Amino acid sequence: MSVRTLRHAPLLLLLLLLTGCKAVVLSPSGDIAAQQRDLIVISTILMLLIVVPVMVMTGWFAWRYRHSNDKATYAPEWDHSTQFELVIWTAPLLIIIALGALTWIGTHLLDPYRPLGRIDAQRELPADVKPLRVQVVAMDWKWLFVYPDYGIASVNEMAAPVDVPIEFDITASTVMNSFFVPALAGQIYAMPGMQTKLHAIINAAGDYEGFSANYSGHGFSHMRFRFAGMSGADFDAWVDTVRGSELALSRDEYLRLEQPSEREPVRHYGSAAPDLFDAVVNLCVEPNKMCMHDMMAIDENGGLGMAGIYNVKHLSYDGERRRDSVALDDAYVLSMCAVAPEAPISPAGGTRYGAARLEP
Amino acid sequence: MTAMQERSTLMQSLFGRLSWDSIPYHEPIIVWTFVGTIVLGMAVLGWITKQRAWGMLWRDWFCSIDHKKIGVMYIVLGLIMLLRGFADAVMMRAQQAMAFGDAMGYLPPHHYDQIFTAHGVIMIFFVAMPFVTGLMNYVVPLQIGARDVAFPFLNNFSFWMTAAGAALVMTSLFIGEFAMTGWLSYPPLSGIDYSPGVGVDYYIWALQIAGVGTLLSGVNLLVTIVKMRAPGMTLMKMPVFAWTSLCTNVLIVAAFPILTAVLALLSLDRYVGTNFFTNDFGGNAMMYVNLIWIWGHPEVYILILPLFGVFSEIVSTFSGKRLFGYSSMVYATVCITILSYIVWLHHFFTMGSGASVNSFFGITTMIISIPTGAKMFNWLFTMYRGKIRFDLPMLWTMGFMLTFVGGGMTGVLLAVPPADFVLHNSLFLIAHFHHVIIGGVVFGTFAGINFWFPKVAGFKLDEFWGKVSFWCWIVGFYLAFMPLYVLGLMGVTRRMSHFSDPDLRIWFLIAAVGAFFVGLGILAFIVQLVVSIRRRHELRDESGDPWNGRTLEWSTSSPPPAYNFAFTPRVHALDAWWDMKTRGYRRPQSDFVPVHIPKNTAAGIVLAGLSVVCGFGLIWHIWWLAAAAFIALVGGAIYHSFNYDRDYHIPADEVSRVEQARTQQLAALQG
Repeated sequence: MSVRTLRHAPLLLLLLLLTGCKAVVLSPSGDIAAQQRDLIVISTILMLLIVVPVMVMTGWFAWRYRHSNDKATYAPEWDHSTQFELVIWTAPLLIIIALGALTWIGTHLLDPYRPLGRIDAQRELPADVKPLRVQVVAMDWKWLFVYPDYGIASVNEMAAPVDVPIEFDITASTVMNSFFVPALAGQIYAMPGMQTKLHAIINAAGDYEGFSANYSGHGFSHMRFRFAGMSGADFDAWVDTVRGSELALSRDEYLRLEQPSEREPVRHYGSAAPDLFDAVVNLCVEPNKMCMHDMMAIDENGGLGMAGIYNVKHLSYDGERRRDSVALDDAYVLSMCAVAPEAPISPAGGTRYGAARLEP
Repeated sequence: MTAMQERSTLMQSLFGRLSWDSIPYHEPIIVWTFVGTIVLGMAVLGWITKQRAWGMLWRDWFCSIDHKKIGVMYIVLGLIMLLRGFADAVMMRAQQAMAFGDAMGYLPPHHYDQIFTAHGVIMIFFVAMPFVTGLMNYVVPLQIGARDVAFPFLNNFSFWMTAAGAALVMTSLFIGEFAMTGWLSYPPLSGIDYSPGVGVDYYIWALQIAGVGTLLSGVNLLVTIVKMRAPGMTLMKMPVFAWTSLCTNVLIVAAFPILTAVLALLSLDRYVGTNFFTNDFGGNAMMYVNLIWIWGHPEVYILILPLFGVFSEIVSTFSGKRLFGYSSMVYATVCITILSYIVWLHHFFTMGSGASVNSFFGITTMIISIPTGAKMFNWLFTMYRGKIRFDLPMLWTMGFMLTFVGGGMTGVLLAVPPADFVLHNSLFLIAHFHHVIIGGVVFGTFAGINFWFPKVAGFKLDEFWGKVSFWCWIVGFYLAFMPLYVLGLMGVTRRMSHFSDPDLRIWFLIAAVGAFFVGLGILAFIVQLVVSIRRRHELRDESGDPWNGRTLEWSTSSPPPAYNFAFTPRVHALDAWWDMKTRGYRRPQSDFVPVHIPKNTAAGIVLAGLSVVCGFGLIWHIWWLAAAAFIALVGGAIYHSFNYDRDYHIPADEVSRVEQARTQQLAALQG
């Protein structure tokens, strides 16, 4: 039995070795990921306090009370001991209380929605530092990064200056993905029609890998991007390079880019449409679409009743992004009768549906 | 114009989406699998024909409503599907060991993505569930001193519905395709727009049909345990396995309707264009994720709780000792049952819930480890001051105890939300749930099979091949999954069909070697079965109580008579059989009365067959077929309900003869 208990020892040793080189989760370069790593290590140690004795006891009891050992006590009717029961329930309870407290604090401190309070373990964040804002769109099967403060965008490559907080706004174009740069911080899902947030910081310059951590279809395996941590000067130079690109990320270009594709090369956009990310989240990048938040505003005001049926075409989203060329014959309601559409239909050209129109 | 559109309306209404293009004959792997399946299938069918066993199989097994035979059929179904699920696993391991850099491996994503989906679905729904249900079906009525389950026909019907679901999944291998969405088919990916093919429809209808079986069998066993315990067996005198089964079936009855509902909503989205989970029109995919995990987490405990019961029975039997802390074991089980409903969100901490919500679900998850830990200690203290025999069931139990604590530890680690943010969806997670499911459910099933096989067949399983199987599984499991923990810590995510970093490769190679050993373990188990059958005369157990057991099932002959107990036993203590043995129990010798027994019927298999046809019609949009099968299904069920010729009495003479033969058998053993 003792042999079996020992078999975990080389494994632990191996893990220690791994810490030094490639186990990025155990040796990250961003403060958030480092704190998450610390939690992993502390929780593991806390749990080993009970797991190791249990394993040792299992081996020991199995050996000591084996059938052939006549020296050991045999008490076939012994089945209760209040002291043992107390220990059995309280020992795990104490560990879980400690771990639970750690969890409560850790979860709140490392909440991805919470703005950062420090650069790293040693340095507080100066009050006047403005975070770098990055908008992330997970597409089939590539990543789009929009830098709203610089008016630039890039595909499958992202750069950030070291020791500057980054504020990510994250969404997706069609299906669920998960935005994950292990060296930087834990992941957060990228979901269509929804927006998630992540606050993180990178503390060491270097090239890191980022990818989708949630399966999203055929091209998923290659849905990877380069995350580059750079010094301030290098970052400025990178921004200039991107600005120099002749490509512009207009809404039309976004719709082209959004078509499913795999292993997309890095691409830079010298300019990006300013309200693009908002339109992506609200599923209304196409010029004739009604934005989700406008529809919600209409609904909040009581909705349009039967007349709302005329909006169906202007709200449909998934149908135009079908993944397979096999045409199915299912149809959506474009209009219910021949009566001329009235007020709710918008003029073409992407003008927002004003909720104002509906105010009493 | 695609071929689909060119086809005449007639063809479309006759065959729906089904055409020659739906048969994947251009994929050599599938063709060879098909050929292999046909050859093997023909061999088995031919052998059965040669043995002239069809009539016996049909009458005594397929139509049987004896809980014992149904239990055995569940286990056989689980074993067959284990081979399929394991073949999927081997293909994944091979692909991941090959596909690095320029090498793309041998599976295109279209195929690979179906394999990992099928692997998960099959292993959970058609391997683990049948194993668990099979064990409960066989053992629970015997343990509580009942003659059968509460609704014997329903039991047969439940089994065939589960088998029908499995049949649909197997059909998808050769006609059309399976889902390419992952085993829980999250929308929007599983919606009609992003998965327009038949794969997700196969998934939905296979699970819906099998789900009917699972739910009904849950109701059945629940009623059985609540209403049919032998006189004197109060709840707190019930064997622990019966207790964990009770809790499991409570979970099944409460959780499976949620799965049915959420899949029904998804099918409405796919079939009639509703928008529950679409991006369009205010659909909300998060709702699906919540609902499916509100079923999915209790499902985890549905799988493991009965095996906790199995281990409890085995530990106390092989330590020759009462189970330590019976009542705390019961309370722990009930705690786990209740807590399993308030932890579901830990499967998606990373979907943007607030910190307080995440902490709540993280902490409730950790709290589950307290009763689970208590159980572990109870087993330990049962061994303490025992006299432990390391027969095969106990060996598997030791393997479980040493393995499961590790898996439990990584599970609690994943319950810490900030840790989960870096480990979610990684191979660390994969390693974790295989750690607990293989270490718990699979090891438990093998422990249970080795433990109760002598009861089922009348002879023990071969010790040598059992040990070979055990050690291959242990070595294989650790080799296959420890590298995945390492890879998870290296930030490698799940469901990848290709990698760029060649340094990862060594770990995948080790894992592939592990899968090879697991394969040897499965093979050795099959050899163990075959060798045991050939050596059955040497391994024969005539006592009916080969392990010096403690619970009522060991009081019967092996195999037990169709009616289980000639007289319902009276229970005075926990470990009823042990109590009877120590008090010098004497078998009744006379005054036997006729035993009322339900009659076999083909209704279950026919109705389940119609469900397969109905499901197939729905999957391929062959509406006439689906409608006809559905009408036949409902009509058949109504027709069957008018069948009043469904029971008979085993005459007292017959009972008397069987019991006397048993008495002589026992006397011969003692003499």
